[in-house]
Amino acid sequence: MSRALLTGNATAAWAARLAAVDYVPAFPITPQTEIIETLARWIHAGEMRARIVTMDSEHSMLTAAGAAAATGVRVFTATSSQGLLFGFEMLYAIAGLRLPLVLVNVSRGPAHPLTLEPDHSDVLSARDAGFLQFHAESCQEVLDSILIAYRLAEHERVLLPAIVNLDGFYLSYTREAVDLPAPEEAGAFLPAFAPAYPALCDPGSVAFGAAVLDSSLYTYFKHQMHLAAEAALQLYPEIAAEFASRFGRSHAAVEPFMLDDADYAIVMTNSFAAMGKAEVRRLRSEGKKVGLVRLRMLRPFPHAELRRLLAGRKGVAVVDQNISVGKGGVLFSEISSALYGLADRPPVLLSFIGGLGGRRFRPGEFDAMLERLENPPADTARACWLFTEEEAREIERLLAIAGGATT
Amino acid sequence: MKRERYKSLRTLPREEPLGPGGPLCAGCGGLLALRLFHKALGGNAVFVNAAGCCTLLATYPFTPLRSSWIYTAMASAPAGAQGVRDALDILAEKGKLGAGDRKVVVLTGDGAAQDIGLQSTMAAIHRGLDFYYLCYDNEAYGNTGFQTSASTPYGSRTATCPIAPLSPRGNPAPRRDLFEIWRAQKPPYVATLSAAYPLDLAEKVFRASKFAGPKLFIALAPCPPGWDVDSEWAVELARLAVETGIWPLKEAVHGEVSHTFVPRRFKPVEQYLSLQGRFRHLFEPKRDDAAIALIQGAVDEYWKAARPGGGRAPGETP
Ligand SMILES: Cc1ncc(C[n+]2csc(CCOP(=O)(O)OP(=O)(O)O)c2C)c(N)n1
Ligand code: SF4
Repeated sequence: MSRALLTGNATAAWAARLAAVDYVPAFPITPQTEIIETLARWIHAGEMRARIVTMDSEHSMLTAAGAAAATGVRVFTATSSQGLLFGFEMLYAIAGLRLPLVLVNVSRGPAHPLTLEPDHSDVLSARDAGFLQFHAESCQEVLDSILIAYRLAEHERVLLPAIVNLDGFYLSYTREAVDLPAPEEAGAFLPAFAPAYPALCDPGSVAFGAAVLDSSLYTYFKHQMHLAAEAALQLYPEIAAEFASRFGRSHAAVEPFMLDDADYAIVMTNSFAAMGKAEVRRLRSEGKKVGLVRLRMLRPFPHAELRRLLAGRKGVAVVDQNISVGKGGVLFSEISSALYGLADRPPVLLSFIGGLGGRRFRPGEFDAMLERLENPPADTARACWLFTEEEAREIERLLAIAGGATT
Repeated sequence: MKRERYKSLRTLPREEPLGPGGPLCAGCGGLLALRLFHKALGGNAVFVNAAGCCTLLATYPFTPLRSSWIYTAMASAPAGAQGVRDALDILAEKGKLGAGDRKVVVLTGDGAAQDIGLQSTMAAIHRGLDFYYLCYDNEAYGNTGFQTSASTPYGSRTATCPIAPLSPRGNPAPRRDLFEIWRAQKPPYVATLSAAYPLDLAEKVFRASKFAGPKLFIALAPCPPGWDVDSEWAVELARLAVETGIWPLKEAVHGEVSHTFVPRRFKPVEQYLSLQGRFRHLFEPKRDDAAIALIQGAVDEYWKAARPGGGRAPGETP
């Protein structure tokens, strides 16, 4: 094992290297480029034994990724934002063909409005495709999640691809100290890829993705995918425990923070949860009984674990760094449905939209959230958008310059 | 073309790499081209397919091919071929590949090849990918009900260019020349094929097999429902397309074009057009001489220009 100061992107590249991936189809997009550039450098220098090909688009990149995985090699690739959306058709194809590869998404809001900064609308739009989904808070977690993701994805009871998400800029370009396992240690946890089923390299005729026009067969295969994702949920603690015993770092599907005696819980994901934790620590020092729940795994959705952690609380605030336009925060919906039917479910469940386009949380916003939890508004289904007076004034000024209406 | 391998029909391989009973239309020219192509190629291939009629070949749980098959998407079969080729090479390097190398073949219709998949196709050629690419060209989006593609010839009726007062001639644009688009990148091998000329077809597949890199084939694929003809006319139309000069049989080796078969005497194009429902409006209820002359003119122009490259002018005997 060694320790290095690495960006989130470089850490993702290290994870691919330690996973001994064979194949990396690539296409550039900010803020993901450093991942493929790092891999390209290593591969061309002969430091890493793999093949990298720059494709003509993410659609082609993901097609090549899936086809190579079907043929029987371990595949890694990465993208962001519109890149993910451009390849969207292939997400369903890869998952439907049950090809266990790992795709890193460096979250960035999809245009328009154009931004380079994070907004989880990109990765959450992929949540129904059949990819397992992990969201990292730190660089170390990027590394660990990728190794765990391969183990889980390739498990014969799972055979589903995985996305590991990290926030653009906040994590992609933040340097942190990262423990890098030695290749043998990584290899002991994640042995070389052995395809579970006869691949395209075997003699004889094998058909992948043959047309299925029959509705009951279609339903059957979709159901199999769903069962596979549920199996992944069951297997996850086992694999995470093995990871912990080898490397000393445990990664629960749902991570509680200062939650034990908390009346109120704030639910967050990704790197912004680190800001949330700092705020929770401050609120605790002020005697507020508040804790935080971070969702690390979004697919399969850890229903039971989440229910266990939230049952009996007086109020729960869900912070969404995304917006399903015309509906609200995606996590809010997911968590509401997870809690429905729970006898001692929290009586107050509130939705907050914040952190869009990389907007930092402002001091005081967590106080406001807590205040709202203590004195909930009548319409609790409506999301509250985090915004300061000062920001509103600045927007008005810009609208005025552009000749737009000021309201 | 001097035949090196297939001198008579009897020299074609006997093995049938494609089983019977698929759900494609009777008389499908695309299927016939695929069958002959696969015969000449031999087994041990991976077919990488884009959405189109041939996608229906492998209908769960059946696969009619002796070879393997992977379905990708309409836009990206060549990218899929890249993934398969690379993975096979990686496995070979690791000593994990069983006996015999596998060939990788992209199989698409003209819509995928010319339109939505043109980008991934150009990229695969540009990367010098070692693969075969078979485009069966029925001159429209067949599977979705015969809509206009960039391959649709001038004057053809399609589902999106119906014969109507404002569009009395059907499709207003000439077909895009995929052969030339491919040739411009100087891949080692590009050819046109016709299922009515099986020896020419098989010979081309054999000749191509000597090259590493992109090996591209465009097969004219009469489509009975789309062309609005009875199934038994498919092969005859594939022949007439060549005999009228509408579908030149040719190849380009590293960009150098030669015609592999030139009819002794070119038949007038209307012999080909008038048999097909998709061109009926050019003959009934009133003959559209101007449109027919335009189509004939384009064919004559082609062959006039082709002469220095080894072709012969219409009507000229060798
Ligand atoms: C992205 C996408 N858009 C549209 C389709 C619908 N579609 C399926 S087959 C097809 C036509 C394919 O035409 P062509 O490539 O010429 O092959 P053919 O149907 O003639 O065999 C279309 C448009 C699709 N499968 N994928
Ligand atoms: S519609 Fe045309 S191309 Fe498609 S299967 Fe039928 S004959 Fe073949």
